[in-house]
Formats: sequence, C-alpha cells, structure tokens
Amino acid sequence: MDHLDALESQSVYVLREAFSRLKPIALLWSSGKDSTVLVWLSRKAFFGHVPFPVLHIDTGTQFPETRPFRDRYAKEWGLDLIVGDCPPVEEMDPTLPPAARLAARKSAGLRRLIERHGFVGVVAGIRRDEQPTRAKERVFSPRGARGGWDSRDQPPEFWDQFKTGVAPGAHLRVHPLLHWGEVDVWRYIRREGIPVVELYFARAGRRYRSLGDSDATTPIASTAASLDEIITELETTRVAERAGRAMDHEAEDAVERLRGGGYM
Amino acid sequence: MAEHDPQTVKVVVVGHAQHGKSTLIGRMLAETGGLAEGRIEAVRAMCGRRGMPFEWAFLLDALQAEREQGLSIDTTQTRLCTERRALVIIDTPGHREFVRNMITGAAPADAALLVVDVTEGMQEQTRRHAYLVHLLGIRQVAVAVNKMDLADFSFTAFADVAADARACLAELGILPTHIVPLSAQTGDNVARRGAAGGAMDWYEGMTLVQALDQLAPAPRPTDLPLRLPIQDIYKFDQRRIIAGRIESGRLRVGDTVLLSPSNKTARVSSIEAWGAAQPVLAAATGQSIGITLDEQIFVERGEVISHLEAAPVLSTVFRARLFWLGRRPLAAGDRYKARLNTAELQLQVQEVETVIDVADLSARSDGVVERNGVAEVVLRARSTVVLDPFTANPATGRVVLLDDDDIVGGGIINMRGYPDQRHALTVKSTNITSVDHRVGQESRSLVNGHKSGILWLTGLSGAGKTTLALELEQRLFRKGYQVFVLDGDNIRHGLSADLGFSPDDRAENIRRVGEVAALFARAGMLVITAFISPYRSDRDRVRAIAPDLFHEIYVRADLATCEARDPKGLYKKARRGEIPDFTGISAPYEPPGSPELVVDTGSQDVAQSLAVLLDYVETNLAIKAKAPRAGRERR
Repeated sequence: MDHLDALESQSVYVLREAFSRLKPIALLWSSGKDSTVLVWLSRKAFFGHVPFPVLHIDTGTQFPETRPFRDRYAKEWGLDLIVGDCPPVEEMDPTLPPAARLAARKSAGLRRLIERHGFVGVVAGIRRDEQPTRAKERVFSPRGARGGWDSRDQPPEFWDQFKTGVAPGAHLRVHPLLHWGEVDVWRYIRREGIPVVELYFARAGRRYRSLGDSDATTPIASTAASLDEIITELETTRVAERAGRAMDHEAEDAVERLRGGGYM
Repeated sequence: MAEHDPQTVKVVVVGHAQHGKSTLIGRMLAETGGLAEGRIEAVRAMCGRRGMPFEWAFLLDALQAEREQGLSIDTTQTRLCTERRALVIIDTPGHREFVRNMITGAAPADAALLVVDVTEGMQEQTRRHAYLVHLLGIRQVAVAVNKMDLADFSFTAFADVAADARACLAELGILPTHIVPLSAQTGDNVARRGAAGGAMDWYEGMTLVQALDQLAPAPRPTDLPLRLPIQDIYKFDQRRIIAGRIESGRLRVGDTVLLSPSNKTARVSSIEAWGAAQPVLAAATGQSIGITLDEQIFVERGEVISHLEAAPVLSTVFRARLFWLGRRPLAAGDRYKARLNTAELQLQVQEVETVIDVADLSARSDGVVERNGVAEVVLRARSTVVLDPFTANPATGRVVLLDDDDIVGGGIINMRGYPDQRHALTVKSTNITSVDHRVGQESRSLVNGHKSGILWLTGLSGAGKTTLALELEQRLFRKGYQVFVLDGDNIRHGLSADLGFSPDDRAENIRRVGEVAALFARAGMLVITAFISPYRSDRDRVRAIAPDLFHEIYVRADLATCEARDPKGLYKKARRGEIPDFTGISAPYEPPGSPELVVDTGSQDVAQSLAVLLDYVETNLAIKAKAPRAGRERR
C-alpha cells in the first residue's frame, strides 16, 4: 500500500462508517477539486454507486465554468443531485467583513437544505492543511441546530470511533478528506484520472488554486497548465492554497466566525 | 540530500501546560521552511494588535479563545518536512481539563515528543501524558528539554531534568530515542545547532529536527493473523458485498474464513473493487475492501472475519486498562455502551480492580475512577464479545466506552486470568442427534425416591467445599439417596489428566465435569461437585447443559478466612509466587449472581452448614409422600 492508497482507504472507511451510522445523509459537492475527489471516493466505497444525495449550494455568483461541469458529471455518474439556492447577502450578519458576509450565504443555503430534508449527516471535503481552524476539526464534527460549530467543546475521537449520536435538529459534518494534503489531492486526481474544471489550469500566467465565488476569489500567478505542472508547483511553492480567497484575509477571526455559523 | 522516505510519520507533541509545545512547533515550522508566505507577518500583526511580543504558538492556536487565553484548547495537525521524510506534527493541549483533546491528538501517532520546561522539570501532566502515550501503544518517544535560555544553558540543569524524564519513561518500559536541550524561543538546537557564544557546546547530539528525522512509521501489522471486522453489507446490485477494513493480516480469494461470534464458515469467492484494471486476488492490512462469500449465510455488522486457525478470542468477560473521560466517575455496577471495532454492545463494569496514580504509578483499590483517571477494570458483556488481547493484536485489542452517545473512555484489553470461551461455545461434531430414552426422568425419580440433580458447590479454595460435599454425600447415602461426589482431585487424575491450570484449561475442565455431572443426573443420581469453578461464564454454561437439574450453591468464606485455614498450604505457596493463576491471589473469583443457595462457612461451623444443605435437599429434591427406602435410615 502506498501513500495514496492509505489515504484512500482511510477515506473509504470514514464514508462507509458515515453511511452506516447516519441516516439520512448527503454529500456537499461544489464541483471544486476536493469535493469532486470526494464523489469519486464514494463511488469507490460503494462499488460504483453514490447511495445518497449530492448537494450543490448555488450562490448564483459562481464561476460560469462550474455549472456545465456539475451537470455533465451528475448525469454521467448517476448522481442524485439536489441544488439549493441562497438568501441574499442583505439577510446575512452585517457585522461580518464583506467577503465573509457573501460566503455566509452558502451556510444559510445549506441550512435550508438540511432543514428541508432532515439530514443528520453532511459529508464535506475540507482538509486540515487548508486553513488553521480546519486543522482543529474532528472527522465526525457535531453541529448545533443552527449549523454552528462549538470549537471549544469538541468530543473525543480516537481509534476510528466517532461520535454518531445527534440531538434533534442538529447534524454531524463528516470530513473524509481531513487528513489529505493539497498535493495529495492532485496526485490522486492524476492517478485516478478524475475530471476537474479547467479554471485550475493556468491561462495567460494565472490559475485558480481554490475556487470560491467569482466575486470573492482571485487567481494566483502560475504557469502550471497540466496536472504534472500543478504537482511540481505545489511541491515547491510557499504561497498558501487559499491566498486568493478574500474571506480568509479580511480579519483574523473571519473564518472562525463563519465556521461557527455553519460554514464548511 | 538523503533519499526521501515516502511514508509519513505522525508525531504527537505532549507535555505539561505552558512548557512550550505550540511555541516549539511554530518555531520548527518556520525553521524548516514549512510556512506559507505571509503567515509570520499575519502572526506579527495579531500580536501587535494585542500589544504583546511575537508569539510562535499563534501559528497553531487558531481559535480566538486560545489566543485570548494564551493556551491551547484543542489538538491541531500540521505538516513539516525534514531531510528524509514528511512529518505530520500533532499539537496537543497540556491542561488537565483538555485530556480528551490530548487523547484525540495522540491516538493515531507513530511517535511522541515529550516537551519539558527545564526550569519546572517533570510536572503532573508531563507524567500523565507519558503514561497515556504508552497506554495508547506508542513506543517511540523523544524528549525536548525546553527553555534552556532561561536556565543559562546550564548542563547540570539539563542533566537533572533529562535523568527524571529517563526514569519516568523507564518505568513504562520506554527508552527515549533522543533527549535534546533546546530553546523554542531562541531557536537554539531546534533546527540549528548550539546557542550564541557557544553556551550549549557541551551538547554533542542531534538538533530536534534531526532527531525527528530518525523516527519511523509504526509498522503495519501485516504478519499478524487476519482480522476483518464487518462494517456493512451492500446489495446495490446482484452481488451481496461484505465491506470492511483489514485491521491485520492478509486475505486471498479462495480462503476459508471463520465469522465470529456466529462461528460460521465460508469461502471467499471474490474481492470486489470498483474501477480495478484486473481482478483483485489478495488484500492486506489497512485496505478497505469488499468481499463476496460462496454461501448465502446471514452476517451482520460487528462480526469479525478471520482464518480458521488463529481465530480471535470469544468471551463474555475481559479486563481493560482504561482512561476515563466521563463527567461522572466510573464505578462497579455501572452500565455503558461499548464499541470494539465495528461491534457495539452493552457492558457492565464488574469490578474496578485498581486505580492507577499516573504521577508515581502507584495503584490503589478504592473502586471509583475519576475523570481523566486511569484504571484496570473487569468488564462483562451481555453477549459474546470478539476480541484479542492488546499485546497480541493492538487493532482488535481495544474497547471504547460510551455514555448515551458520548465517547467517555477507551482501554486496551487483556485476558489475564480469563479463558477463551470459544472452545466451550463450539460443538465440534455436528453429525449427532440425541436419543430419547424409554425410561423417563420421572420413573427414575419414583424408583429412587428422590429427584436427581447437580448440587454445584462453588467457592474459594479453603471455603470448605470438599469437606461439605463428602459429609453431605455420607448423610444422604444413609438416608437412601443415590448420591455421588465429583471432586477436583479425582477428576484431574483421570478425565482431565491432560489439563493444567491455565484459564483455558480450567474452563475445559469445568466443561467436562459439567457434562459428566449432567449424565449422572440424567441417570437418576444426585451429584455433588466440589470445584472452585471461579468463572461465572463456566458455571452458567453447566447450567445451560442441564437447566432443570442444576443447583448453584455458593460456599462463602472471605479470602482472609480461607487463607488462614489454608488446609493444603496452597495460599502460602501462591503468595510466594510458586503457583501461577491461583484463584483469589493471582486469578479472579467471580461470586455467583443469584445462586440457589448460599452456605456461609465463614460464620458457621461444619455442622451448621451441613444442616443448611440437608434442609435444602429435603425441601427441593425429596419425594416426601413415598419415601420407599426410609427403613434404611434405622440401620
């Protein structure tokens, strides 16, 4: 078993554990690289099937390239796709910095879907190495009735035994990719031949490393136009993955506040 | 540059609060080039806003509550590259109230780095963390003696703390891989050798980063026997796929496998894989797989697949050394939900044997385990549990306890003093049917003038079982009873001559005695047995052989009384360590839960006890109306 096999096997274990313990459950798919890998891993875990709905939170301000990608693979892979919309930014907490306030729309859109369908498990593709508060996460992470994360009182989690009990109205976020690194994700995409949107590949000296909404994401300077080049770039770069995500840099506690309110 | 080892090593950083764990990790990240652009500047700005000097720990302490209070609350993970390998560094909180988060961080680690402040030395949480790291099965430990700058880089200050750390770890059987004097604040001996002005030139060892580079990943238990706990069963299409992760060993298509605890067997028809270029013929430790079997047997989540040989232990009782995280203390009699791999079951705490003080490793036996405490306990399940002793197989030798839905403790399993019940639970020859006798039980009773039965005396050695059994036999025989004593010594000279006194052999001995006693009883006899028979599960099994005939009689005397009597001098020998697995001393005695009769030989003499027994027999086994052989008594 090599490094990628070990990562894959652990993720498959977590997905199967979640499917066995949490019903009903759904998977969040933004059509970005991480959640697309997550869909792929689900097909591995369940032998070609994705036995739960796949949620797409449509902000209306996504990059136009993501929608045809989403529709194509939802069809090709036989996904039970549920698309949810988001309330307008005016309804979001006005004390949040501007980009974080935009991002909070996604938390609100997700909350609507959870309430409508009664999901007790929501699988999300976050990783520890993306962002320091995500590095503090659990694999099975309890969320309150409003979707909030109580980072100061997380349950113990060891020996692959997870908290699976959920209070009424609350849910668990499940994070099968928590232990992956950014370069692991790209090496896996290359090995498995997983499709990704073309925004990740450099055009005219710029590419996107992390995809958020088009109004709060900027590309980085890069010439990496192929999978091999992206992997080579990541092996040496010192630019942070989410350098182009405005919400990460507005205030020291912006992401923590967002996540406390139900963000991924 | 040395060749880069592709395998990641996970290192957990532990130690007392404020000894500098997060600061040290922050410094290591900066010195090994592991920080993204702008991180240092961001931390500088955070510290500036708070009017405080630069704080390395802020690179790890991402929560506002952590930064405001200047302490780590939860565990965090970060990546770092040394010359040879990629490391995952796991930071943990050092405060006592966050032990659950320390355990969460440490559990998956391959190795530990114990951080000790040279000015404070080994503190309570340093020792607790060292103990917990050991309990979790981590055997590679390096030590960082931090804040050397505050001790003027003094060799003697370092040597004192290093000796303490070495002694503490030695008691746990751990030899530290390296002990490095350093200062996270100045960076001396972290990634760069020495201190300004040659103040630490007396140290000739490695820097911390070099020392971490020497650590190795924990080996995968591929050579241990196969253990594949069933996680789920899928029927998405025509196939019925059994899914699970191989926790140890290997599996091949065509293997005959055993399912526990159901004791069914089947052959592996295929190993299923989605998107594989060619059929998968074998799989090994760590792989999450799916298999199909050649027979449509009923299987469910929680069962464990193994090979026929080297099967896991089956038991309704086991010991665990556990760490307790629950808000209310753990005590004997408490019931909890438990998970062993994918199995979930109900357990009761039968006994809290010892509570371990992690500060000096002393043990006391006051019966209650407080939050964050460590104890050795005996756990009893309502159903049969599939397990391995932790030393035989770490992955299947662990138990997690839950209160409602909250994880409240975890422990490593040992079976010291308890037998594997698999043998007793299994009927090997399946090609037999029982014969219906033409002489009924009732006819025999009428002829004999009494009902038949098994009077099963159980109790400590020296409680008086044999004395009472022989007296009772004589008295009942005189009254005309068809009665016979099965005693330990005469059985062991014949029927059980091939057995010793290990827990397994004891269990087998009792099983044989039970079967023989049942045959005697079915033949119309009243059988009296006099065996210590210390395990409840063994006695329950005899009861199950002949539930209508079984009378459990507890011959009760406390250990001190029995030890004072010591008719055969066995207790003295056991206390000298000359007899291993001696009941009451080095092996457990489990008193009956609800025996038919208790005879208290601790407080009454032989005549009184005998009277109690005779009365019980007259009441329950005599056929009063007829008494056809009453004449004999006048002989």
